Amino acid sequence: MKYSDEFRDKIIAQGLARAIDAEVSSQRAYRFMEFCGGHTHAISRYGLEDLLPANVRMIHGPGCPVCVLPASRIDMAIRLVDRPEVTLCVYGDLMRAPGSQGQSLLRAKALGADIRMVYSTLDAIRLAEQMPGREVVFFAIGFETTTPPTANMIRIAESKRMEGLSVFCNHVLTPSAMHSILENPKIRNTGGVPIDGFIGPAHVSTIIGTQPYEPLAEQFEKPIVVAGFEPLDVLQAILMLVRQVNQHRYEVENQYSRAVTREGNRRAKGEVSQVFELRDQFEWRGLGLVPNSGLKLKRSYAKFDAETRFATRDMPVADNPACECCAILRGAKRPVDCKLFGNICTPETPIGACMVSSEGACAAYWTYGRVRGEQVRQRS
Amino acid sequence: MSMKGYPRKLDVKSGRVELSHGSGGRAMAQLISDLFHQAFGNEWLARCNDQAAFDVSAGRMVMTTDGYVVTPLFFPGGNIGSMAVHGTINDVAMSGARPLYLSASFIIEEGFHFSDLKTIADSMGAAARGGGVHIIAGDTKVVERGKADGLFISVAGIGFVADGLDLSADKVRVGDRVLVSGSLGDHGVAIMSKRQNVAFQTEIVSDSAALHDLVAVMLAAGPGGIRVMRDPTRGGLAAALNEIAHQSDVGFHLQESTIPVKPAVAAACELLGLEPIHVANEGKLVAIVAPESADAVLAAMKAHPLASDAADIGEAVADDHKFVQMTTGFGGRRVVDWLWGEQLPRIC
Repeated sequence: MKYSDEFRDKIIAQGLARAIDAEVSSQRAYRFMEFCGGHTHAISRYGLEDLLPANVRMIHGPGCPVCVLPASRIDMAIRLVDRPEVTLCVYGDLMRAPGSQGQSLLRAKALGADIRMVYSTLDAIRLAEQMPGREVVFFAIGFETTTPPTANMIRIAESKRMEGLSVFCNHVLTPSAMHSILENPKIRNTGGVPIDGFIGPAHVSTIIGTQPYEPLAEQFEKPIVVAGFEPLDVLQAILMLVRQVNQHRYEVENQYSRAVTREGNRRAKGEVSQVFELRDQFEWRGLGLVPNSGLKLKRSYAKFDAETRFATRDMPVADNPACECCAILRGAKRPVDCKLFGNICTPETPIGACMVSSEGACAAYWTYGRVRGEQVRQRS
Repeated sequence: MSMKGYPRKLDVKSGRVELSHGSGGRAMAQLISDLFHQAFGNEWLARCNDQAAFDVSAGRMVMTTDGYVVTPLFFPGGNIGSMAVHGTINDVAMSGARPLYLSASFIIEEGFHFSDLKTIADSMGAAARGGGVHIIAGDTKVVERGKADGLFISVAGIGFVADGLDLSADKVRVGDRVLVSGSLGDHGVAIMSKRQNVAFQTEIVSDSAALHDLVAVMLAAGPGGIRVMRDPTRGGLAAALNEIAHQSDVGFHLQESTIPVKPAVAAACELLGLEPIHVANEGKLVAIVAPESADAVLAAMKAHPLASDAADIGEAVADDHKFVQMTTGFGGRRVVDWLWGEQLPRIC
């Protein structure tokens, strides 16, 4: 496939692997977090860990919006769609995301809720046009990459004077979450977060640019390399991180220069800031309440805000107290250190964020970890 | 062979199915004789009994049943009817059996166009003739509008197995080769390309085909060497191999670079976030073959028009975890797991 095979070349990969091997010091370990699910996917899909030296370890970050969506937001969506006048439009991978007490949108649909799987915001607009009189609610979710299309959808709804369309907004911000991972007092007290550097988001950075990561690199003295989602991108980013660590540098570098600039996409950012504003805090599964990490609709667009329109409120649901996602997401613990792992928390019945997505740290460990001969707690 | 005595001809061109066509009265009798018997025509149906009687020879028989609920009903490379016949023939044929007889049960939604029903029934008749089988029993039900999505078809099939042949998923041994009959994912991608909210343009057509003749050729080429065969439909190759691994207590190790996938299928999968090894096929098989027979069987497959792209993609290995693993085209190693969720509903 042209334009993607070039970034999956085995010979170049072997060259990069040799370069990483030559660069790493055998005297230390290198622990890098890839923030995005897209990178995690590339790592597992192409078996990249096999190409890395044993002392380079990848920690899978929280960068999968479905996984970090807390149970309370799923519950809220279910309460919304329980209203007889509401049709809820969702992306397919949200259907299985766990709410509280075993609820999910998939189950709500089976019980009769009108939930439609869509592939884009345009599908939701089309549905709303086809069903005058219905309340069509779009379940907006995602990092900065998916926010501009939602903003655009709201502006279309406004210009077309669409009365029946609204947005249940769950958009979240990447830099705030990275900050939260590094700034956890509990973990700082025990000797700091054991992460030596980050592979920064690919698609998110096409929108926001590399600039927003600069204060993070500076404050926490961690190198950040923004990288593309292809396997060669990831390998090259790891090489760049190893070099920074060895040279005691902590800069923001841009491996993904074919798509990302320092400033990002001004037009998309403008559209977003016209429609959205910061929430004081937003709950992340596994990270808890993170300040300034979520977006909501501005007051001038309130009539498109499903939370306002249907006067529905967040009812916080406590995470399972034994769930170690919080520490696993920070690289402080490993999936096998969690009491729930492989017992009540499995890919079929996920409890924590790390198990929800097939590429979350725990799910990946459940499947792939066993292959690498590591000890996995037996089901008891 | 239209029966006499109906006041009006069945309006196949512009008429629609009404509840009366499933009520057991004259309308139903006319639908069966003028549409289904026309399409399937054979001596068993002509007798118009509630059952079909046929002679059996001594030996082993196999039986299978399958429901077809695919949406859309018409897709590039086939329709629900041809697919129902091919799919059932294939389920019988994977045992090494010669498929002989099918039954077909139709659940039709009120308002369904006769013209579509005729096209589908004619495709079934053609697929059956092409597959050397007869549809010898049938049933027709009509449900109210909104109670079924156009048309559901349920097909059962039986076949006879040659003496001494006993293919089974628990017979795989370490060192056996994994052969696939051609490119993966064509059917699933063809269906997805026509889905209302994902529609995209592609030249890919469904691979829907009856595989009994290919199976016969393979059995002749490697007598006693074939352990098991599967047609990897829902869940794709990944699901088929994981099932076999569990039943035989082995693992599999595949080489990604040897797995045939059409560039257009790979591109569509890339776009949709899917992997061809998880996507459904309707005219492909995977065979686990003893190493000493593998070359002969593969050569026979490649000489058959339905398997010219056949390939040896890996081997059975000793593995307590019963994992299917793959060396990726990139050089790393990964697990090829079952899909956890629903990839896409109603693909067959």
